[in-house]
Amino acid sequence: MAVSPGRRILFLLPVVLFLILATVIAFFMLSGRDPGLLPSTLINKPAPQFSLPAIAGWTKAPPGLTTKDLKGKVTVVNFFASWCVPCRAEHPQITALSSDKDIRVFGINYKDKSGAATAWLQRYGNPYARIGADLNGRVAIDYGVYGMPETFILDRNGRIRFKHVGPILPQHLREIILPVIRELKK
Amino acid sequence: MIAEIGHFALILACMMAVVQGVFPLAGAARGEASWMALARPAAQAQFAFIAISFAALTYGYVVSDFSILNVAQNSHSAKPLLYKITGVWANHEGSMLLWVLILSLFGAALASFGGNLPPSLRARAIGVQGLVGIAFLTFILFTSNPFERVDPAPFNGSGLNPLLQDPGLAFHPPFLYLGYVGFSVAFSFAIAALLEGRVDPAWARWVRPWTLAAWSFLTLGIALGSWWAYYELGWGGWWFWDPVENASFMPWLAGTALLHSAIVVEKRDALKSWTVLLAIITFSLSLIGAFLVRSGVLTSVHAFATDPKRGLYILGILIVAIGGSLALYAWRAPALRATGSFKPVSREGAMVLNNLLLTTATATVFIGTLYPLVLDALGGGKISVGAPYFNATFVPIMTPLVIAMALGPILSWKRGDIWRAFGRLKLALVAALGAVALSLWLDSARDILAAFGMALAAWLFVATLAELAGRIKLGRVGPAESLRRALGVPRAAYGMTIAHLGMAVVVAGITASSAWQSEVIRYMSPGQSALVAGYTFRFDGVSKGQGPNYTAELGTFSVTRGGRGVATLVAEKRFYPVQRRNTTEAAIHTTWLSDLYAVIGDAKGKDSFAVRLYHNPLVPWIWLGAMIMFVGGGVSLSDRRHRIGAPRRSANTGRTPVPTPPTAPAKA
Repeated sequence: MAVSPGRRILFLLPVVLFLILATVIAFFMLSGRDPGLLPSTLINKPAPQFSLPAIAGWTKAPPGLTTKDLKGKVTVVNFFASWCVPCRAEHPQITALSSDKDIRVFGINYKDKSGAATAWLQRYGNPYARIGADLNGRVAIDYGVYGMPETFILDRNGRIRFKHVGPILPQHLREIILPVIRELKK
Repeated sequence: MIAEIGHFALILACMMAVVQGVFPLAGAARGEASWMALARPAAQAQFAFIAISFAALTYGYVVSDFSILNVAQNSHSAKPLLYKITGVWANHEGSMLLWVLILSLFGAALASFGGNLPPSLRARAIGVQGLVGIAFLTFILFTSNPFERVDPAPFNGSGLNPLLQDPGLAFHPPFLYLGYVGFSVAFSFAIAALLEGRVDPAWARWVRPWTLAAWSFLTLGIALGSWWAYYELGWGGWWFWDPVENASFMPWLAGTALLHSAIVVEKRDALKSWTVLLAIITFSLSLIGAFLVRSGVLTSVHAFATDPKRGLYILGILIVAIGGSLALYAWRAPALRATGSFKPVSREGAMVLNNLLLTTATATVFIGTLYPLVLDALGGGKISVGAPYFNATFVPIMTPLVIAMALGPILSWKRGDIWRAFGRLKLALVAALGAVALSLWLDSARDILAAFGMALAAWLFVATLAELAGRIKLGRVGPAESLRRALGVPRAAYGMTIAHLGMAVVVAGITASSAWQSEVIRYMSPGQSALVAGYTFRFDGVSKGQGPNYTAELGTFSVTRGGRGVATLVAEKRFYPVQRRNTTEAAIHTTWLSDLYAVIGDAKGKDSFAVRLYHNPLVPWIWLGAMIMFVGGGVSLSDRRHRIGAPRRSANTGRTPVPTPPTAPAKA
């Protein structure tokens, strides 16, 4: 039975529409984007201003942290707390990062009792060159932190270039964090 | 050992699926009767092997064999037996196993009960069913093996998400899958018909009962899911327009359209290529639903733990299955010609309108669900599409649908008279106006739209009854004659009447519960009272309770109205120590006209608790209506014409003499 070309095109429409949609979805999946990820508005912006004291009541506490300390070298700023279980999970990775002499690893201790923070750092070791005690969580708000732990990576000029939400697990360190640092070191 | 048997049986099932997918199709193409005959034993064997596999995993759950990774991750020895069993499908791997179990069940049923089908059509349909089986069995075996062992085995499991430990949700997935996967039969028939190059009334008559069964189960599955959301999530709502809910709703909408267009193919030999397309689309939407839930491309409260490898595998299945079938459609469907013609105003015309509206509704939900994903993929940023979009687009589409639902069954086939149809619906019009008046009076004329919604429900309800009354000539002949006619009405017609009545009940429930819900959110201490929609809720305090694997705080409310006791509500807040999670169990007292609904939240101070109290008018009607629709589907399915007496297929061109519809409306 002869079928007119116009009719043929009409019947081709469903498969064409589907293939376009499938291409878009495939493109999305292969791009490796995580739909659960919310972008930080601070990316490529200078780090918000702050000045935090050192952890109180600990004679060997590392010095406090201010915005000025963030310039000069590639910097990792890690928000952590002694009461946060995932922070414990990422602690070995943070420690591994701190052995790199070309970068600096700073901590911001979030809403912690100074005694608890001290005990936690003494027990597991202190990887941080400086720690600011963010007792009321104000700095965390300025940085748009919505859960512990979160980690920011800053370039030499003190601009935020990357944000990692949640613990840095070994595969995150290998596949995400180290490549970002390598790129910023260039 | 048992787990390895399960794994091995699954591999054998996959091999059976290969046999089932290859030989019958090749045999039908080459006219080899012996190859086609393989379809039946292969489909039955595939089902048997998957059943063994499923039983093995269930056994692992029941005896808490934590050396199986899946059991260790999703079960716990202290869990009640019911939730050990339902835990089998409350996780990705196990639910995929349930999916293929049901898929092979339908394949085996088609093989066992399809005796009256022409051999080549049957072989092809079972063959396509086998191909779908291969896709999902390899998916399980290569990316989601439920029988993986863990060494050393943990001392105990990590438990099932407490939200899922609930009877409503326990049976939600099986029914949902019976619906989703049931549409695979319509799909297989559609592909088989395209391969055969012929669609005729006999084909439609074979497809309809399978579609009807799948549709009924899906209706029940969706209703169970929303009922669960209503009483377990504790915020008084019952539908979120969440991507995963939409994923189950889209096949339902398309399946409803299919159900109706297949009637036109059966009775009038028209709308053929459209019906075939709907059959493909309906099952494709089921597949897309599975993909959305499991691939991690959309974020949702329901999404399974995701893995990009799985997502890409399912995407591959989608491209082959949907792309392949739509390409086949583009190639073969243009040759399908309708023999029946009809005027726009006719029963067929009403079905076309039904199909247009339902497919528009499907497209609306589809766009709303996938738009955020597409926008993100094209670099347009992150957005979410929520209830306002769906309400704004969905309600205007449903309104004409409900109006037409009342008219359609009254119009004659081929050429109807719209004015005469309206004339027969005078009573429905009166009922609609009465509903408007009653709503405005009860509501003090605050919400015109709600009054309109109630009018639609009344219109549909009375018109559906009027159609039945017209059919049995109630009031125009003697009661004995009417009764005789009532007994003669086919069950399929009763099924339609019941399902449409159910829809009217649902519309009333949705309208009333969204428009007239009353809500009080506040802190309460023991002895304090709150007034909600005329009911006084007195908070009597909180006591401690203990369940099998949780502790609970029980907040008691005494509800009175005008001094008379109405109910005692006990709202629970449970704490599951294994997962360290809280759940809320809303206390609900239903009068069937409304629900009194109470939830307790966190404590403030010594004995003050955050509470949420609701009065939800007509909300039980939503699930009642869905149950009525399910029953309607069942009644229609029990019609003997679905089982026997399928019209003999015509010899050559599909120019079947159109059977006089036995359900033709009685002309006055």
